[in-house]
Amino acid sequence: MDITRRRLLILLPAAAIAWKFVQAGTPESSPNYILAEHWWGMLIDIPKCIGCGSCVRACAEENDVPDGYYRTWIERYHVADWKIERPEVESPNGGKQGFPPNEIGDGKNFFVPKLCNHCVDSPCTQVCPVGATFVTPDGVVLVDKSYCLGCRYCVQACPYGCRFINPKTNTAEKCTLCYHRITKGLTTACCEVCPTGARQLADLKNPKDPIHDFLKTHTVQVLKPHMATGAKVFYNGMDGSVR
Amino acid sequence: MNIPVEGFMYPNEVELQWSILIVLYPFITGLVAGAFILASLERVFRVEAVKPTYRLALLTALSFLLVAPLPLQLHLGHPERSLEMYLTPHRSSAMAMFGFVYLWYLMAVLLLEIWLDFRLDIVIKSQTTTRVTRLIYRALTLGSDNISERSLHIDERLGYFITVIGIPSAFLLHGYVGFIFGSIKANPWWSSPLMPIVFIFSAMVSGIAAVMLLYMVTTRLRGRDIDIRCLDKIAQYLFYIFMIDFSLEMLDLLQRVYEADESFRSLDFMVHTRLWTSQVIIQILIGTVTPITLLGLTQILKLTEAARKRIYALAGCLTVIGIFAMRWNVVIGGQLFSKSFLGYTTYKMAFATREGLLTAIALLILPFIILSVLVKLLPPWPDAGPVPAPGAIEPRNQLTPVLRG
Repeated sequence: MDITRRRLLILLPAAAIAWKFVQAGTPESSPNYILAEHWWGMLIDIPKCIGCGSCVRACAEENDVPDGYYRTWIERYHVADWKIERPEVESPNGGKQGFPPNEIGDGKNFFVPKLCNHCVDSPCTQVCPVGATFVTPDGVVLVDKSYCLGCRYCVQACPYGCRFINPKTNTAEKCTLCYHRITKGLTTACCEVCPTGARQLADLKNPKDPIHDFLKTHTVQVLKPHMATGAKVFYNGMDGSVR
Repeated sequence: MNIPVEGFMYPNEVELQWSILIVLYPFITGLVAGAFILASLERVFRVEAVKPTYRLALLTALSFLLVAPLPLQLHLGHPERSLEMYLTPHRSSAMAMFGFVYLWYLMAVLLLEIWLDFRLDIVIKSQTTTRVTRLIYRALTLGSDNISERSLHIDERLGYFITVIGIPSAFLLHGYVGFIFGSIKANPWWSSPLMPIVFIFSAMVSGIAAVMLLYMVTTRLRGRDIDIRCLDKIAQYLFYIFMIDFSLEMLDLLQRVYEADESFRSLDFMVHTRLWTSQVIIQILIGTVTPITLLGLTQILKLTEAARKRIYALAGCLTVIGIFAMRWNVVIGGQLFSKSFLGYTTYKMAFATREGLLTAIALLILPFIILSVLVKLLPPWPDAGPVPAPGAIEPRNQLTPVLRG
């Protein structure tokens, strides 16, 4: 076929449109992202959390989380007086639609957002029989769903209840710290939508990250420190009743 | 998903991850290990009294071992990827070693020992049978049809050596299964250094009881007399090992009660409510205390032969039920409470699904079908030893008087 000027004018826009489609199916590259320069974690400021559930909804939408399963959720604690060993906790639908008005009177109430702690010595990574769960060089615990057997050993090994089996893929699933976003310089979906800034993505290797000043000046804890998992989700203002 | 929950569970904990199929896994591997240990009593420790059960115990172990990976395979979300455990095992994972431990036990221990032990019978049958049967036995000889005295002596020595290796291997197989549970620090119901040891002893208990029952049933079905001396000996071993097993479990319990760590209140409540029937009633009272008492009575009192047989049969059945309940309480019980120690969920067993009751029943029946085929192929009965027809054996493979029964 001879390429005439007329034909070329018709073909070029068509080729451009076709190329757009090709690009749409290709994962975005992150040429400027250097794995070794980051070490991700998160800061949760409990006094700031209002239990609105925006983070749970945003996470579910961003990551296509099936109903009834949670990559992140919110718990509401009620602690009566000195009984910190027996708090009353609830998390209706993971706090996705927020919480009904609190009808329990006397005592203190607060919200605790939960997610994968992206542990340095994560028990889930340790037990995976094929290494489908792994820690990335920038400190995020991920699951390769094309490799996971679905044996559920990791679900049993997580002390925080952060994992589940996705009924669509039959593989283990959990918070990825929105890895597809943070490697593009964005924050996680849950941090993005939090109206009070109760969740802050933290790059522990970046000296300019405000997390460092915060950690130096506040009393922070991690969940279940006795598990010695090297959890990297830090909680400010966490009551001793939280587990 | 409508699962009754009491108190607070982390939202992803409500659904149980490991079903009745994972209860079957330690139960079946336990029977394998226990049956093998019973067989080794005769071979290595020269307990001649249990000889009538020696070969039956080996075939029982093989029948159950062949079924052992099936519940795991059926349970996997992606069974088609299970070979990855062999190809790219994750070295830090307790579970990753299952395939290797299993293969070692199956190929290097059990199959080899059975083949060596039955080789003489196989060779004779390959020469005395006809048509398809002959072909099967010829294949089973693996081309080794030399049954000279020297050759049989090598078989005997090698078999002994393999059994010696097999004992720690049997311990490894089931101790390893215990370690899969005992090494989960997130779960206080499982996390215990005693778990592998308790699993090993409970395995011996269940395996010995199962072979004892099988021996009684098969002998009765064949219309032969039960060797009461053999039964007495097996029951004696069962009693002693059961006592050790029970003591270990009570030690674990005592430690937990006395320490009363942060999980204790939650676990204690669970035992008194959700696990009351399966643990306290079935496992401890019916499945442990009763058979130990019954077996103890036979050691103390002078009972008639008929009474002893009845007691052994009853104690054996209760023991197997008790050990199954123990596996149930470990696997299912370990998932009923929240890791927040603030609530409890419920196990809803499906019926006709991949991980349902029907599948579990089928998997429990399957080893008996395999065993019935195996005993047809390789009769393990002491009174069914190789008696070749006169002149049936080829001259170069002359039988000698060293034949073992």
